[in-house]
Amino acid sequence: MSMKFDKLMTWKELPAGCLIDEPSTSLRFKTGDWRSMRPVWDSEKCIHCLFCWISCPDSAIKVENEKITGIDYNYCKGCGICASICPPKASAIEMIREEK
Amino acid sequence: MKTVAKTGNEAMAYAMKQINPDVVAAYPITPATEVVQIFSNYVADGEVDTEFVAVESEHSALSACVGASIAGGRVMTSTSSQGLALMHEILYIAAGNRLPIVIALVNRSLSAPINIHCDHSDTMGSREAGWMHLYCANSQEAYDSLIIALKTAEATAVPAIVSTDAFILSHAMERLEVLEDSDVQNFIGEYRPRFSALDLENPKTYGPLDLQDYFFEHKRAQIDDFSKVLDAYDKAAKDYAELSGRYYPALEEYKTEDADVAIFAAGSTADTAKEVVDDLRDQGRKVGLVRMRMWRPLPVEQIKKALTKFKAVAVMDRSDTMADFGGPVFLETRGMLYDSEEKPLITDYVYGLGGRNIKLTDIARVYDDIEQVAKAGKIEKLITYLGVRGEE
Amino acid sequence: MQQYFEVRWHGRGGQGAKTAALLFGEAAMETGKYIQAFPEYGPERTGAPVKAYNRLSDGPIRIHTQVTDPDVVVVLDASLLESINVTEGLKKGGAILVNTQEKAEVIKKKLGVTDAKVAVVDATKIAVEILKRNVPNTVMLGAMVKVTGALEWDSALASIEAKLSEKFRGRKEIIEGNVKAIKKAYDEVEVA
Ligand code: SF4
Ligand code: SF4
Repeated sequence: MSMKFDKLMTWKELPAGCLIDEPSTSLRFKTGDWRSMRPVWDSEKCIHCLFCWISCPDSAIKVENEKITGIDYNYCKGCGICASICPPKASAIEMIREEK
Repeated sequence: MKTVAKTGNEAMAYAMKQINPDVVAAYPITPATEVVQIFSNYVADGEVDTEFVAVESEHSALSACVGASIAGGRVMTSTSSQGLALMHEILYIAAGNRLPIVIALVNRSLSAPINIHCDHSDTMGSREAGWMHLYCANSQEAYDSLIIALKTAEATAVPAIVSTDAFILSHAMERLEVLEDSDVQNFIGEYRPRFSALDLENPKTYGPLDLQDYFFEHKRAQIDDFSKVLDAYDKAAKDYAELSGRYYPALEEYKTEDADVAIFAAGSTADTAKEVVDDLRDQGRKVGLVRMRMWRPLPVEQIKKALTKFKAVAVMDRSDTMADFGGPVFLETRGMLYDSEEKPLITDYVYGLGGRNIKLTDIARVYDDIEQVAKAGKIEKLITYLGVRGEE
Repeated sequence: MQQYFEVRWHGRGGQGAKTAALLFGEAAMETGKYIQAFPEYGPERTGAPVKAYNRLSDGPIRIHTQVTDPDVVVVLDASLLESINVTEGLKKGGAILVNTQEKAEVIKKKLGVTDAKVAVVDATKIAVEILKRNVPNTVMLGAMVKVTGALEWDSALASIEAKLSEKFRGRKEIIEGNVKAIKKAYDEVEVA
């Protein structure tokens, strides 16, 4: 089924078996607009322990070659788990208000 | 085609062997144990290609079936009574996910008190789970029905339960005719699942959370699919009749053309009642029998057409609704006929709970009663508990 | 009403009343009959009195009730005569066959049967002698076929032999022993 977010399907349009018949539809759920607090990552302080990466519930911590490269704000919902898990000695993530 | 002697359980196991499902996951329970026990012998002897999964409960058995069916397999299992009750939540999951699993079931009462004998409380208690139900009258029919049900289930993506009466059929050896393996295979054809979790080219999400925005639409679609089962069943039953010479309508009428009164019953009792009908007909009495074979989905139009001919009808229920208003067949039958201009007076006979023997004379007495109702034009006693001590 | 030939088997759990009914049913089917064979519905416990039934007919059988008025009663263990009313419902002109050391006349008197045939055979002795075990059930089939005349002897024997071969998968001495015992019971049964 195609995810039509603007228009809900009628029962006659649904595929049988309540399945979602294409993969990775969650990519289209941009949870970034849920955020009231924004994590800001400091590449200078980061020791690349990857604690934040494994703990982020929305897989929003970007990693390349086992090194943190930043945060994907399309999906980061601002829960702050990354900031609280970051080792105090590093304190590489700071939560700031989204409100301007 | 060859003639063999088999019990209901042996007949069902033999049909399963000829169907040769991809997966059978089961947990044994009296009186259905033999079905999977015999089937597991076929597996051990290499007579089938089936992956047999022995699990630790019926809940797990049907769960494993669900997994195997989502993976795209042709899947069967067998159970009875408490086993079906333990499968209850998975029944809905299989049906909601449109998995055409087939259960070879033996109808047995539900505890308490503990009992291993026949009544229909188990399947009647599961009638809203979204499964097709067929009640069989003898071993031959149990064998035939399992094959027809599998074909119907796979054609409609609606799972099916085929049941026999505990011990009365499950453990009674009868003469029956079985088809050649190749005929069964040709009849059911190769299974082409609508989807398969093993189809890695087309990954899908199975069984996701479905909240207020879509749950109702999915259920509505499921109900609509269910409305197509009756036609699909009849097509399968007619094709099967061409192959075997045996036709099983969803609803069977016996000597009803000119009958004033009729019994509406299911299972082995309906078969026995035919003997009583013949007997009473010899005495010049205009009695008939309507046998309910399919009780999900309800063959509503057929039931209406059949029953509105009579002056009086006695429903025979082998279970009770605990609604203080008789059995499920009685309640639903009255509901179906509510809008009919001409309708019979309908009474209910709840009988045979926990395997209480039903005698020819018991059935004859029911005919006596409804002839009386037809003659008087009114009902004296709406619900009768037949054959229980303490009632007249 | 269709004609039925109905049999009730009495035994003790473990003596094979159900197996005897099944074998008799299958043998009857081989001779072209429609058949039913079923135990008294329930779990069997070793030593407890059990019953099994047959219903035979020339046409398809539709009745699925217990047998209440048997044409023939077979008692696999004479000790049951003390505790069970084995003649209950026995049809007039029917027959009762008992595995016993007694003479037919004695059993007839004991049961108070006047309007049915009483037949006896010492199936236990035959079983112990030939099969080295007290398994009177198959042995009784021989006597049963003779007393009732319900089945043609040669085809019944052939069917029973085929079924035993299936069951005992090539254990020749058991199969041959059973056949010998069945024949002996056929020869030795005594009727009063
Ligand atoms: S704030 Fe929450 S969602 Fe955003 S990156 Fe941190 S852990 Fe992930
Ligand atoms: S938890 Fe902190 S230090 Fe560890 S990788 Fe994440 S930002 Fe870097």
